[in-house]
Amino acid sequence: MLYREALNRALDEMMEKDETVVVLGEDVGFYGGNYRVTEGLYAKYGEKRVIDTPIAENSIVGNAIGMALGGLRPVAEIMTVNFILIAMDQIVNQMAKLRYMSGGKIELPMVVRTPQGVSKQLAAQHSQSLERFFTSVPGLITMVASDATAAYYGLKKAIELDDPVIFLEHELLYPMKMEIKKRENFDPFRADIVKEGKDITVVSYLKMLHDTLKAVPVFEKELNVSVEVINLHSLNPLDMETIANSVKKTKRFVVVTEEPKTGSFAAEVVSKVSEELFYHLDAPPLRICGEDVPTPYNRKLELLSIPTPEKIAQQIVYWGREHGI
Amino acid sequence: MGKSIVERAYYLMKLGRVFEERAKEEYMKGNISGFLHLAIGEEAVHVGATLAFGKGDIFVHYREHVWALARGISPKSLMAELFGKKTGVSKGKGGSMHLYEPLLNFYGGNAIVGAQIPHAVGAAYARKYLGHTEGVLVAFGDGATNAGNYYESLNMAALWELPVLFVNENNLYAIGTRIDRASAVKELYKKAKEFMPAERVDGMDFFQVYDAVSRAKEYIEREGKPYYIEFLTYRYEPHSMSDPGDYRSPRELKVFHDKDPVEFLKREGIKRGLFDENFVKEIDERVEEEIEEAVKFALESPEPEDSELFTDIFCEVCTDVVP
Repeated sequence: MLYREALNRALDEMMEKDETVVVLGEDVGFYGGNYRVTEGLYAKYGEKRVIDTPIAENSIVGNAIGMALGGLRPVAEIMTVNFILIAMDQIVNQMAKLRYMSGGKIELPMVVRTPQGVSKQLAAQHSQSLERFFTSVPGLITMVASDATAAYYGLKKAIELDDPVIFLEHELLYPMKMEIKKRENFDPFRADIVKEGKDITVVSYLKMLHDTLKAVPVFEKELNVSVEVINLHSLNPLDMETIANSVKKTKRFVVVTEEPKTGSFAAEVVSKVSEELFYHLDAPPLRICGEDVPTPYNRKLELLSIPTPEKIAQQIVYWGREHGI
Repeated sequence: MGKSIVERAYYLMKLGRVFEERAKEEYMKGNISGFLHLAIGEEAVHVGATLAFGKGDIFVHYREHVWALARGISPKSLMAELFGKKTGVSKGKGGSMHLYEPLLNFYGGNAIVGAQIPHAVGAAYARKYLGHTEGVLVAFGDGATNAGNYYESLNMAALWELPVLFVNENNLYAIGTRIDRASAVKELYKKAKEFMPAERVDGMDFFQVYDAVSRAKEYIEREGKPYYIEFLTYRYEPHSMSDPGDYRSPRELKVFHDKDPVEFLKREGIKRGLFDENFVKEIDERVEEEIEEAVKFALESPEPEDSELFTDIFCEVCTDVVP
């Protein structure tokens, strides 16, 4: 199965089960979805439930809010995270605040799905990781799906939740072959330890999780250490408990994300680790992030702008040696 | 139009008028703070449209006190909200621009110009999908007609054939910018005409407002399509309490004061024999009492507990996992 098929299966099963679940977005219906995530749903559920919208991102999210108020559980697709910037009023001022501003009278069971990240030579306006914009908004649940299991169970949980959810996917994961591991009790708000270890804690998600896992054998060997790798399914709320338990054991902390480093979500995680676990740490926390540049078109420059398995291994080895690991 | 509707309208318009005049006083005294946008002068639109619309979802803008009162939110819980009290309609966490009561199909104000318009389109979609026949009303000011989400929503409501009634309250000014300095098309209803039937109506005259909205409601629910009304109206007060309002001429103010919608309804009601002077006196006294009680209630109500700071952010599932 492909990662995108896991998402498709989640949507299909939820729509099958609950007729208030509808999908809306640009090209999601007749065309089958720009990344084929909604493929087949239009034929199966019809145009009333798989709604092709005009190119109007702010209204797509605004419509979804109205649909949620009107008794539906809408899943809005924003074609890529780059276009979600047009919808930020509806996301930040409306979706994230209505429960609070209404003193709890308004509930918005809705999901906004969107893929992000550097794909291949799509240039600066189509190659961004923007999780920081969502995780810094109080009241906005931000989930990420790093693999088919998280995609399938995570999306289903997001749809079932009575809160609005930003659900981030990664463009390069869509065509990847993966299996959905059977996990009926999957909890998106609990991080997974995907590999146990005792010397370094590495936190990551989305494509960087896969690149980190590729780098692990290299730097484990170089530094002669064992690494614990944590996969986040939710960035807000953040499962600090799992991170803290791991850091207390390993005493060293690394976070790997694709976003530009300055002001990143990674910076927030390091802040939390520093504030809460400072005296447990044997080395300064390390952020491995994208460079602080707009993503260039040229392939060589593009690869220089983001972490790769090789760079992750190199940076962790360098950092490890510098701090006596 | 029945006698009882006109009586109800006079009561609600007077209630709105006195409520807002009193809110202004309480603001001066420091009991209300932040932004306070008064709709004094626009009562015929808010009350007339609400009464004529009847059942169905209503979405409005930040100048919303009279809409909320007309919809059935009590003066007590509304005044308490303006005072920021626990007993307010939004527990003191919303304020003047954020009043909601889903049980009354009232989805509140919005402090971002025009942002409520896509919500109304989505709600109409949902209601239609679920087999309801009631339409959805969305109100916005003249300023919103120059923004993107306005055009997006006209397009979507028409494209998807949704029963949305677009209510444009043209009070001529977007804060201090007169509409002819902001809109290339001067007759605003024409900015909707390519998408749906649209008309312009005198918004100072309750009878015309009620009649137009009744016809429009019948149309949107019969045809399952949107409709648009531009109401020509006026706010006597500045944009908000922090606006000096000195951009309007005394002559212009006089022209509109002569068309005061509350006074107009009082005169016409008596002239047409729909109610008499005694009725007016009775209502005026009752309204004064109600507002007095509302202020007393707001003053005596407790502040929200400190713990309220952290409630109503997430649903229970997520509240449980937040450290």
